[in-house]
Amino acid sequence: MLLFDMTESLRSALHSIRAHGFRSFLTTLGIIIGVAAVVATVSIIQGLQFTINEQFQGLGTNSIVVQARNTYENYLTGKIARISPEDFDMLSSRVEGIATISPIIGGGGSQLRYGSQTAAVEITGSTYSYQDVAQTFMKYGRFLSDTDNTTRRRVVVIGETVRENLNLPDNPVGEYVRVGEEWMKVIGLAEEKGQILGQNQDNFAIIPYSTMRSIAGNQSRQSMAIQLTLSDLNQMEGVQDRVTSLLRLAHDIPTDEDDDFQVQSSEQLTDTFNTILSSVTIVMGGIVGISLLVGGIGIMNIMLVSVTERTKEIGICKAIGAKRHQILMQFLFESLLLCLLGGLVGLTLGYGIGLAASAAIPNFPQAVVPMWAVLLSFGFSAMVGLVFGIMPAAKAANLDPIEALRYE
Amino acid sequence: MSLLQIQNLSKEYVMGDNVLRALDGVDLNIERSDYVAITGTSGSGKSTMLNILGCLDRPSEGHYILNQKDVSQLNPDELADIRNREIGFIFQSFNLLPRATALENVMQPLIYQGVSRSDRKRRAEEALQHVGLGSRMDHLPNQLSGGQRQRVAIARALVTKPSILLADEPTGNLDSRTTIEIMKLFDELHAQKQTIIVVTHEAEIANHCHRIVRLEDGHVAEDRRTRPMGQ
Repeated sequence: MLLFDMTESLRSALHSIRAHGFRSFLTTLGIIIGVAAVVATVSIIQGLQFTINEQFQGLGTNSIVVQARNTYENYLTGKIARISPEDFDMLSSRVEGIATISPIIGGGGSQLRYGSQTAAVEITGSTYSYQDVAQTFMKYGRFLSDTDNTTRRRVVVIGETVRENLNLPDNPVGEYVRVGEEWMKVIGLAEEKGQILGQNQDNFAIIPYSTMRSIAGNQSRQSMAIQLTLSDLNQMEGVQDRVTSLLRLAHDIPTDEDDDFQVQSSEQLTDTFNTILSSVTIVMGGIVGISLLVGGIGIMNIMLVSVTERTKEIGICKAIGAKRHQILMQFLFESLLLCLLGGLVGLTLGYGIGLAASAAIPNFPQAVVPMWAVLLSFGFSAMVGLVFGIMPAAKAANLDPIEALRYE
Repeated sequence: MSLLQIQNLSKEYVMGDNVLRALDGVDLNIERSDYVAITGTSGSGKSTMLNILGCLDRPSEGHYILNQKDVSQLNPDELADIRNREIGFIFQSFNLLPRATALENVMQPLIYQGVSRSDRKRRAEEALQHVGLGSRMDHLPNQLSGGQRQRVAIARALVTKPSILLADEPTGNLDSRTTIEIMKLFDELHAQKQTIIVVTHEAEIANHCHRIVRLEDGHVAEDRRTRPMGQ
């Protein structure tokens, strides 16, 4: 009997929604916009998260990155913390359990010249193991070798964009380019990587770490990072602790002060990004929650109007035998169905917006709608429908049949 | 045993400090298959009587026994069930659902009985054919004339096979020619043993019936049989 009543309520609700097509659409607009907003945001963020995780996978799970940590205050006072080449030397010799250790001097943009062409390029100084870190594979020639570093060879590995900008031949290996004030031989051209988040990944030049240091001299105040890989993954924490205590000692940090550097495993790095993205998701969720609340109030408002408008009809139905729960269910189903339809339209719309937005931004990862977001939007829509539908429905169900029949 | 027994029935309305006694100790028995008019001027208690007979309202005192069941103090949902199964309402202003077709209007009371859709459709079609509207089933109420609308309402009242057909000024909104048609339909239904109670203030309509009960100030002022039972 309950199932029967539900089927009939559903039929009647559909009938009523169809009869007031445009009004039903306006009623659910709040829900549509709310759900569309959450789905669009979530789909974009999820796409982003997916890509970032993929990027970090390249680092391997057993690597640690050591880099300087500067607060805003540091920048104001000019006491900028940095990891120095001495730190690198110390860590290389005094930490056990390291498989590879590579210094990365980066950030500094410099001018490259070939013939009459010049190009602004980001130059990184590192060693052969950086190839794994940066996931750089050669199209022509070779990557830096260990001897390139130990003998401070003036050699350079370049990316595709650099080759193009300098008008170098298709296979530039063997050509000489001027890096800053020094002539260097091109030993390798990396495979094209394309763009990530709108950033060109091919505008780089990599030279040996020791070459970089010798060019810059001892005035080098460039920022530096150190990348370690472990020989045994289980020693992750031990190595992190060892690195931390050695650096604190080297940097003369009193016990009551914070580190001026950070030691992060690749997993922690990924976690950091995911945490940021999660908080964005939560904040968006809050905003969407409010918009769904507003949408729900809109639905309640229209349903109350609808109950008043149909007072006479309700009276007729009661006169010919409708019980309270049957009237209640009819109106409750109407608001529930309105919200679910709104949720469905919002879901489609939101996914469309997500796809359009990710397509409009060059090289932005494709939007992904996870199942939980679908279920959540429907669940929330249904809840809004029930919560805000119950009052109008109860009002309808409790009408006095004589009064309702008399209503004009 | 009478189909309907009313014993010492009173209904009071409280309006501010005043207590209005709309019905004051009414006794009335109505037999199965009778054809009764309840008449009276406005304020005589006629509408109150209709509401109580139709189980839309409960009496303040006394008993109303319908089909051997005392329905005077049932709760709203139980009353709804009695209205659904025992009573077929016909209203002055037809009271059809405006957005439902004639057929859907007639099917409506069967929904509340839990009758399956196919059975509802079959029974509603039969009822509409019975009142001579077999060709207008898919029309909306506003596509029908007054007389046709009242026929849909009568079909809706009959479709549940109620104990009583309870009509409230059934011809009040109709012209004289249609009035005659509708009253003829009532006469036919009576001939088929349907119990009919018509509440009206028009003497002409009351004279169609076989028994006339006249109310005055909440009392039965006159109760006379114009034609013998069973005719």
